[in-house]
Amino acid sequence: MPTLTIDGQEITVEANTTVLQAAEELGIEIPRFCYHDRLSIAGNCRMCLVEMERAPKPIASCAMPVGEGMVIHTTSPIAEKARKGAMEFLLINHPLDCPICDQGGECDLQDQAVAYGRNDSRFDEMKRAVNDKYLGPLVATTMTRCIMCTRCVRFATEIAGVEELGATYRGEETQISTYIEEALTSELSGNLVDVCPVGALTNQAYAFTARPWELAKTESIDVHDAVGCNIRIDCRGAEVLRVLPRLHEDVNEEWLSDRSRYAVDGLALQRLDQPYVRVDGKLQPAAWETAFAAIKARLDGLGEDRGGKIAAIAGDMADAEAMLALKEMFTALGSPNIDCRQDGAKIGGKHRGGYLFNSSIAGIEDADALLLVGCNPRTEATLVNARIRKRWLAGGFKVGVIGGTSGPGDDLTYKYDYLGAGPETLSEIADGSHAFAKVLADAERPMIILGSGAIARDDGAAVLELARNVAEKNNMISADWNGFNILHRAASRVGGLDLGFLPGDGGRDVAGIVDGAGKGEIDLIWLLGADEIDMAGLGNAFVVYQGHHGDAGAHRADVILPGAAYTEKDATWVNTEGRVQLGRRAAYPPGDAREDWTILRAFSAILEQPLPYDDLQQLRDHMVEAAPSMGEIDDVAPGEMGAFGVAGDVGAEAFVSPIDDYYLANAICRASTVMADCSRLYTDTTTNTGSTGGATGTNG
Amino acid sequence: MSFIKTNLRSLLLWEIVEGMALTFSYMFKKRVTINYPYEKGPLSPRFRGEHALRRYPNGEERCIACKLCEAICPAQAITIEAEPRDDGSRRTTRYDIDMTKCIYCGYCEEACPVDAIVEGPNFEFATESREELFYDKDKLLANGERWEREIAANLRADAPYR
Repeated sequence: MPTLTIDGQEITVEANTTVLQAAEELGIEIPRFCYHDRLSIAGNCRMCLVEMERAPKPIASCAMPVGEGMVIHTTSPIAEKARKGAMEFLLINHPLDCPICDQGGECDLQDQAVAYGRNDSRFDEMKRAVNDKYLGPLVATTMTRCIMCTRCVRFATEIAGVEELGATYRGEETQISTYIEEALTSELSGNLVDVCPVGALTNQAYAFTARPWELAKTESIDVHDAVGCNIRIDCRGAEVLRVLPRLHEDVNEEWLSDRSRYAVDGLALQRLDQPYVRVDGKLQPAAWETAFAAIKARLDGLGEDRGGKIAAIAGDMADAEAMLALKEMFTALGSPNIDCRQDGAKIGGKHRGGYLFNSSIAGIEDADALLLVGCNPRTEATLVNARIRKRWLAGGFKVGVIGGTSGPGDDLTYKYDYLGAGPETLSEIADGSHAFAKVLADAERPMIILGSGAIARDDGAAVLELARNVAEKNNMISADWNGFNILHRAASRVGGLDLGFLPGDGGRDVAGIVDGAGKGEIDLIWLLGADEIDMAGLGNAFVVYQGHHGDAGAHRADVILPGAAYTEKDATWVNTEGRVQLGRRAAYPPGDAREDWTILRAFSAILEQPLPYDDLQQLRDHMVEAAPSMGEIDDVAPGEMGAFGVAGDVGAEAFVSPIDDYYLANAICRASTVMADCSRLYTDTTTNTGSTGGATGTNG
Repeated sequence: MSFIKTNLRSLLLWEIVEGMALTFSYMFKKRVTINYPYEKGPLSPRFRGEHALRRYPNGEERCIACKLCEAICPAQAITIEAEPRDDGSRRTTRYDIDMTKCIYCGYCEEACPVDAIVEGPNFEFATESREELFYDKDKLLANGERWEREIAANLRADAPYR
């Protein structure tokens, strides 16, 4: 543990720390462009030069490991002169186009030029101009602005795991490009915009629409997958203009997947902004009272034993508050037919460990062997995949894959052994006859991750049992390690399971509800944002759709109750780890739409069975009583393990990941034009090229 | 004595005579009033009057939607919305100035990096309704076309002092 002195303050740090990191620990700011905490060190911007005593010239503090007795000056005349010089060189080829640059106002170069640069230019020669590059529909490029920090190249190579970006040519001619004009094939490409310290890579969808100082920033939670990424929602007025990631070391670090970042334009399109009632086969706009009256009339027509004839299904983006309110309303109506497992996963029940990502996302970094069963984490939970890649990069990590991907050739951004496609391979691992069983048995902290492709099928309970056997046999579950994981894809799922939004005694699950509706045994179905069930199979059932987008559910509905999207309500979501997180309202719902739990509260009053809460706090208190884990915000309580799963025969069909199009996986995405472009581009590879016509982007 | 003097002055309306003499004396002095609106007083090149959005000589609008004027406006009279134009350049889709909010401080033209928004020499833009004072982009561009010669001359005249 070397001790060094920085600006007169002594500090002892770990041996492998750099001077810049040591200074940061002391709270001393050293300007930098190319250095990034989570990327490898390049040391090519030279902005972090500081003076080291007894060194012949200033040192690059980001790349210099600390040494015993080092004396560093960060504000000495030598350091300041070096910094000023570096800044002047960086600005030589940087265009003076801040007024038309989207990074203006939140630009590292702009800020540091003000803080450390000269106030005039001595450069009279010609500036360099570089042709813009095509990186796909998400990232806009103005390569003339690039200062060659290579953060984007390192991000693509190290974090995203797509070696598609690189620097070509030498010296002043250096350019960052994809070697061939092709869109980046990464679900993390939006993060390039965040890592770029200048305006060379900017958000295409947000191009020229706003300045950072105009935006109201709200810290919230993402619901596009079950990772529960921490996000910041930037709004101007009622319009959500962009979503940025927010730092959470245990969940998303500082990254965000493209779907979460770029689907926000879908929040303004295809919205349900007023209630509708189907009259003579056509949906007609209606007042809230009319819509409620139509539902009540249908319910009253069912007679005393209506409990068995009605059902509720919660969708993938439902919040915990609304699910609790819906559950209690249906309990009051005497119906056991409620289910939150839209995909039909055979999980849930009293053993919380049986449906959680028990190792925790950060815990992946402690694992030393991994078995993926029936999931493609790259599309189902991109940031979990990024964590697996991070662990894989650290070395000594074996990954086995059973099903989920389309075959051994699928790129998960890390190397894996494709063991087989279906349950028989899992059985072989369970009885130890498979070669990978030895890898798991030898590992100290092995993990198994079950995707919904493995458990959302008829023999799901048997697969769950089989996976638990694999976990138990291979020492995956001990006092300080739990390697049994379920990887959810829906933000609502764990919350729903925690709250027991599951069929009651004699109740029907999703398949049973759809089947019952088709046969006429279920007469009224309440869909809380559920769009991914078989709408055609609902027969003549009366469908109440409560949600925010005009998607499959709304098309089939007989009554539409307009709800709020995730950016429009204060609500709770539980991520796949069981981490309870609060989302906050950034904008108000459009038109007559209301927050979901208030709709249910209002309808319960019409039923004359009012739910026992009048405001959000009462509802939350009630929710904590119903499920104590809901009170532990941002905390992960270890899931209780038990004998979950049902012993039985497993089928022979291969495990298939349920996401066939990452960019169109939910109602918000399906409404988004940006996601539609992406889907077109990435599913049809013949169009994956583009040209910017040689523009340099600085032509005003 | 003073009694007689006072009464005599009153009787002869002496103050009136003095006043009329002063009035009459102005017949021979230089005139200070002007025959507005047919005549107008001089204006400084820095005069901050009605706003205008300028164009380049080739007809391209100057404004690039950087929103610095909107940011600096102390009265928050400016509202801008922008998006990429078909040719990919950054342009405003909306540029509104609420002239009833504006305090004519001139910060907008100070902030403008491309001399697009300027306060021209026109001060005669009174209207009969409030609504007519909510200027939009078309109105501002039309102002720019109408006043371009004067505005350009003023900017040239003031340039050495900037």
